[in-house]
Amino acid sequence: MVDQKIWQKMKRVIELYDEMLSTPHRTEIARELRDEDDLFLLLVYSDMLGIPNPAFYYTLELYPFIIERFHDWHLRMGMEHSPLDGLRCC
Amino acid sequence: MSGIWLALAGFLVFFLGYRFYSKFIAEKIYKLDPAYVTPAHKYKDGVDFVPTNKYVLWGHHFTSIAGAAPILGPAIAVYWGWLPALVWVVLGTVFAAGVHDSGTLFMSVRNKGQSVGTLANKLIGQRAKILFLFIILLLVLMVNAVFAWVIANLFISNPSAVLSVFIQIPLAIWIGYHVYKRSGRMLLPSLVVLIVMYGTAVIASYVEPLQIDLVRYFGGEGATTFIGLNATSAAFFTWIIILMIYVYFASTLPVWKLLQPRDYINSHQLVIGLVILYAGLFITSPEVTAPMTNPAATDTPWFPILFITIACGAISGFHGLVSSGTTSKQLNNERDVRFVGYLGAVGEGLLALIAIIAVVTFFSSTDAFTATYSSFGAASDGGLGVFVQGAAALATGLGIPAAVAPTIIAVIIVSFAATTLDSSVRLMRYIISELGVEYSLPTITKKHVATAIAVFSSAALALIPQGPNGFGSGGYLLWPLFGTSNQLLAGISLLLLAIFLRRRGSSMLPALIPMVFLMFMTLYAMFVQVFTDWAPWASNTDWLLFTFGSIIFVFAIWIVFTAFSVISNERKNNKFKDIG
Repeated sequence: MVDQKIWQKMKRVIELYDEMLSTPHRTEIARELRDEDDLFLLLVYSDMLGIPNPAFYYTLELYPFIIERFHDWHLRMGMEHSPLDGLRCC
Repeated sequence: MSGIWLALAGFLVFFLGYRFYSKFIAEKIYKLDPAYVTPAHKYKDGVDFVPTNKYVLWGHHFTSIAGAAPILGPAIAVYWGWLPALVWVVLGTVFAAGVHDSGTLFMSVRNKGQSVGTLANKLIGQRAKILFLFIILLLVLMVNAVFAWVIANLFISNPSAVLSVFIQIPLAIWIGYHVYKRSGRMLLPSLVVLIVMYGTAVIASYVEPLQIDLVRYFGGEGATTFIGLNATSAAFFTWIIILMIYVYFASTLPVWKLLQPRDYINSHQLVIGLVILYAGLFITSPEVTAPMTNPAATDTPWFPILFITIACGAISGFHGLVSSGTTSKQLNNERDVRFVGYLGAVGEGLLALIAIIAVVTFFSSTDAFTATYSSFGAASDGGLGVFVQGAAALATGLGIPAAVAPTIIAVIIVSFAATTLDSSVRLMRYIISELGVEYSLPTITKKHVATAIAVFSSAALALIPQGPNGFGSGGYLLWPLFGTSNQLLAGISLLLLAIFLRRRGSSMLPALIPMVFLMFMTLYAMFVQVFTDWAPWASNTDWLLFTFGSIIFVFAIWIVFTAFSVISNERKNNKFKDIG
């Protein structure tokens, strides 16, 4: 019982230590993934932004999934309000 | 006297500083509010703005600010004896660095997690932002030159450490991919990398063919010509060129590929290094053989040069960039400002403290110390080498063989210095691009053009010839200039903090007093060096140092005038603006 408690504590200390060191890395990985996501969103919305997209018909199906992220995306891209007339999110 | 007493004295003052002074600052000056919604909560995005546990954040903050600089400065400054260095490190940490680091963190938290540069624009104006950019540019240029110089010299004096350091690069890239592509964890792979690195260091310490010794390759110490150019040492010249080529690639790669995994591995090394040195100190209890004050140190006065020789470890403007750049965006509760900011500075102070102890306990007698630290130039040139030997002597207390210990210590220091070099060349590239945008010079905003400018100027400065000697003979002279630019940065951040506190209706003295002290010391030191040592009318004229020193001198005066005009305006207006 005591051994288990000590083991749990040790585990917590190791986790804390790992978290201390990996925090900046986690940030960079999250940023990199977000950049990739942003590019993907641009591809999905490209037709509505005036860039021809042959797969537009199919990307339409993704709208319900990515619409929730649309607001954050246009803010990150430096646009205060939605750039698309059809999508009024704010 | 045992070196343990110096450590205990330092611990006591740090403890009292944290227990009482930081409490006073947090409660009476900053008036931290636990109910304040920090940017980490307000703008939570899972990337930059992430509420983080205070212990985790402290660890992250400390490993970001600690590097080779708090080791090199004290190793040189013990030239004047251990007492001045110890007092400046301990009191500087408690009264200047603690306030500066926690203050910049607090200011940033109260301003949407914005960086000190942006705050300079907001609190003083566009002119201050440009001044800030130029000082950082100067600082990173000095960092690049000094750290390249440090690594090249450590490679020359510890050829058995070279292979370990270079092995770290492909392994770090592998960890980067492992985490990025497979969402793996870093703890275990990074420990494996450490074992590989230290294993290589141990083997290379005994097996000569694994020691990459360029001095021997070029035919001994006397080889001073490289591709027809006269250098202080052909090996030194070659290492600088190799380092600059490496750093060009390292600073243009995405950070997650090389820089971050290396940082992670080096954070282990920081912890291992601190544990080895403090445990070694308490086990071996070495005698302090260096004098308390060195009466033979007459060629360079300790007042004011001590205060620019030890920057990191006593106070460093660079910390403000970290506090306001990343840490402020992750602070869970405003109350944590005290723990993370103030104790971050104390962590750096502990590193400087052990650096002092390692050097002052290394020598067999006071005479041996005086013979090595015979002049300020000799101290600057050999200080780091003495630290490596002194730290190795402490490490032997833990059973590490004497033949291996210096190699391990050299690997740790080179790793710190190399990561700093990576990040500062990258930072320099960003600043050059930003100045390009500011002054409408689109060519220098391009990644490779900006990196090339950063790398070439850094290499040129690292290879600075001194008088009739060849390339690379003037490197150590840059150290006080690095300290000065770091102090200027701290000075301007403290000025911002003073204005910020005044606008909040608090006393600005805790920020203003260290700021005035730093500015006075910087101006005084630069005046002495620029106008009596390097000037065209001095006996040892040095145009390059004279130029750099003069630029820093002008910047310092600029800051002082800005401070006067801003503070007098504040007094005239005496109104609380909508800040914080």
